[in-house]
Amino acid sequence: MSEITKEIRQAEDERIRKDFPILDGSFTYLDNGATTQKPECVLEAVDNYYRTMNANPMRGLYKLSLDATEAYEEARETVRSFINADSTEEVIFTRNATESLNLVAYTYGRAFINEGDEVVITIMEHHSNMIPWQQLCKEKGAKLTYIIPDEDGTITEEKFRSYMNPHVKLVSMTHISNVLGVKNDVKTFARIAHENGAVFSLDGAQSIPHTKVDVQDLDVDFLSFSGHKIYAPMGIGVLYGKKALLEKMPPFLFGGEMIEYVTTEGATWNELPHKFEAGTVNDGGAVGLSAALKYVSSIGFDRIEERELHLTKLMMEEMKKLPYIHILGKEAPEDHHGIVTFTIDGVHPHDIAAIFDEHNVDIRAGHHCAQPLMKFCHTPSTVRASIGLYNTEEDVYKFLDALKKIRSEMGYQD
Amino acid sequence: MANTFYNEILTDHNIHPTHKYKLEDATFSLEGVNPSCGDDVVLYIKVNDENTIEEASFFGDGCAISQASADMMCDLIIGKSKEEALRLSDIFLRMIKDTITPEEKEELEEAGILEDIHHMPARVKCAVLGWHTMDQIFKDADEGKIDKYDGKFEQ
Repeated sequence: MSEITKEIRQAEDERIRKDFPILDGSFTYLDNGATTQKPECVLEAVDNYYRTMNANPMRGLYKLSLDATEAYEEARETVRSFINADSTEEVIFTRNATESLNLVAYTYGRAFINEGDEVVITIMEHHSNMIPWQQLCKEKGAKLTYIIPDEDGTITEEKFRSYMNPHVKLVSMTHISNVLGVKNDVKTFARIAHENGAVFSLDGAQSIPHTKVDVQDLDVDFLSFSGHKIYAPMGIGVLYGKKALLEKMPPFLFGGEMIEYVTTEGATWNELPHKFEAGTVNDGGAVGLSAALKYVSSIGFDRIEERELHLTKLMMEEMKKLPYIHILGKEAPEDHHGIVTFTIDGVHPHDIAAIFDEHNVDIRAGHHCAQPLMKFCHTPSTVRASIGLYNTEEDVYKFLDALKKIRSEMGYQD
Repeated sequence: MANTFYNEILTDHNIHPTHKYKLEDATFSLEGVNPSCGDDVVLYIKVNDENTIEEASFFGDGCAISQASADMMCDLIIGKSKEEALRLSDIFLRMIKDTITPEEKEELEEAGILEDIHHMPARVKCAVLGWHTMDQIFKDADEGKIDKYDGKFEQ
């Protein structure tokens, strides 16, 4: 790749910033791990859907409903292509990653996990990839095992292998930790899980906006992610599942559109993917997601990864100069994927977030829905700055300026 | 520089609290917890035969607001009767959730600086934790639930 000069970077910054109407310069948004801002093209796509083609998709026999159906199925094709799924039958629209993960636990889990079986997850899971498995294992009398990484968050191949045994029927793990920013070698882990006879479910909520996720290359059996973390509206998410597995899974919710034929005695299920999409769907959300994925593709992951790494480096290098700051996870910015979680000696994370807010810098404080991981890191809560594709050096400098004032504003004389 | 809520009185009570220690011979103690954010304060109160709060202290972890508020409360209630302490607590809680008169604010002494929490809904629970814990201690004592109480309560 040719060298990215300051001028090229600034021009790109300017071009991207213009795409996001909410980023008017009055605040610095660094809470992208929680949710992202929406580009104009996404807002327009949703607006256009409701203005020109809104009807109940897959129901009506009139033009408007057919338009709505077409928009929905086009969105499904955009998702398929984005994650390189084999077929649109493997792409199920949900509300978010949480619902997708619950779908896997409730349907695949309930049907195929039995007493004495083992489900393996990691200690770095978000609660949404932990509690559904806790509940399932309780219900079934199955065992839930947590992979404990090294102190910096590394799970080596050897370590992963040591958790495999003939009882393990399912592995569900995060691609990128929402706290440590570390990326798991899921391609290797999925292969090992398969050799062991287990299925592999991937939580891609934090990876999908930052790096290419190719379900065939990774050879994962399920992939869950949320639209709102990749510049799409809230309320639309995706579950990818391999066709052979989805076909043998029972439905998740029951109601309209998921049935093929109904009598007063019972029903037969519709074909994939509709079997898992009961009730009126979020067509506007799907159209917004499609526009967001096209937008991300138009910038490209080469540029997104370079931009985000550039800022992560800048941020971490400056933070490491301050002795009272402790960054969680690995040393190298390359292992953070835009996520920098930290603590400040003597200042509680909620006070840190409040002072950042006084400087109009938006970051996240708390346990990040990963309480067991917080315990593993020996801290009840932390502060997290997370970078998105539209962040700039200026954002990082504003963050650093506020950061350097926090101890003195809290009454410490450093 | 931004206009900060964290003024010197507040940060001083947080970094150098007067009453942050375990009171071994407390008449009552109770742990107050904010499960959502993890603030955790054990409040100790020693009441003498004349119904006067002879000593009050707290121990725990939490944000500056929860810690400073508990320290300022202890400052305020030492030397007061139980009824007086509860009356002041009522003023404090009204200040946070609603409004109070300037005279009432005067009565709260330094704790009056937390008035702006009124505009910070996310931090209300932090500010009121110590005060709610004190109310709960006396409520439980009145109901005869406790003699020397040692429990935990989530607000």
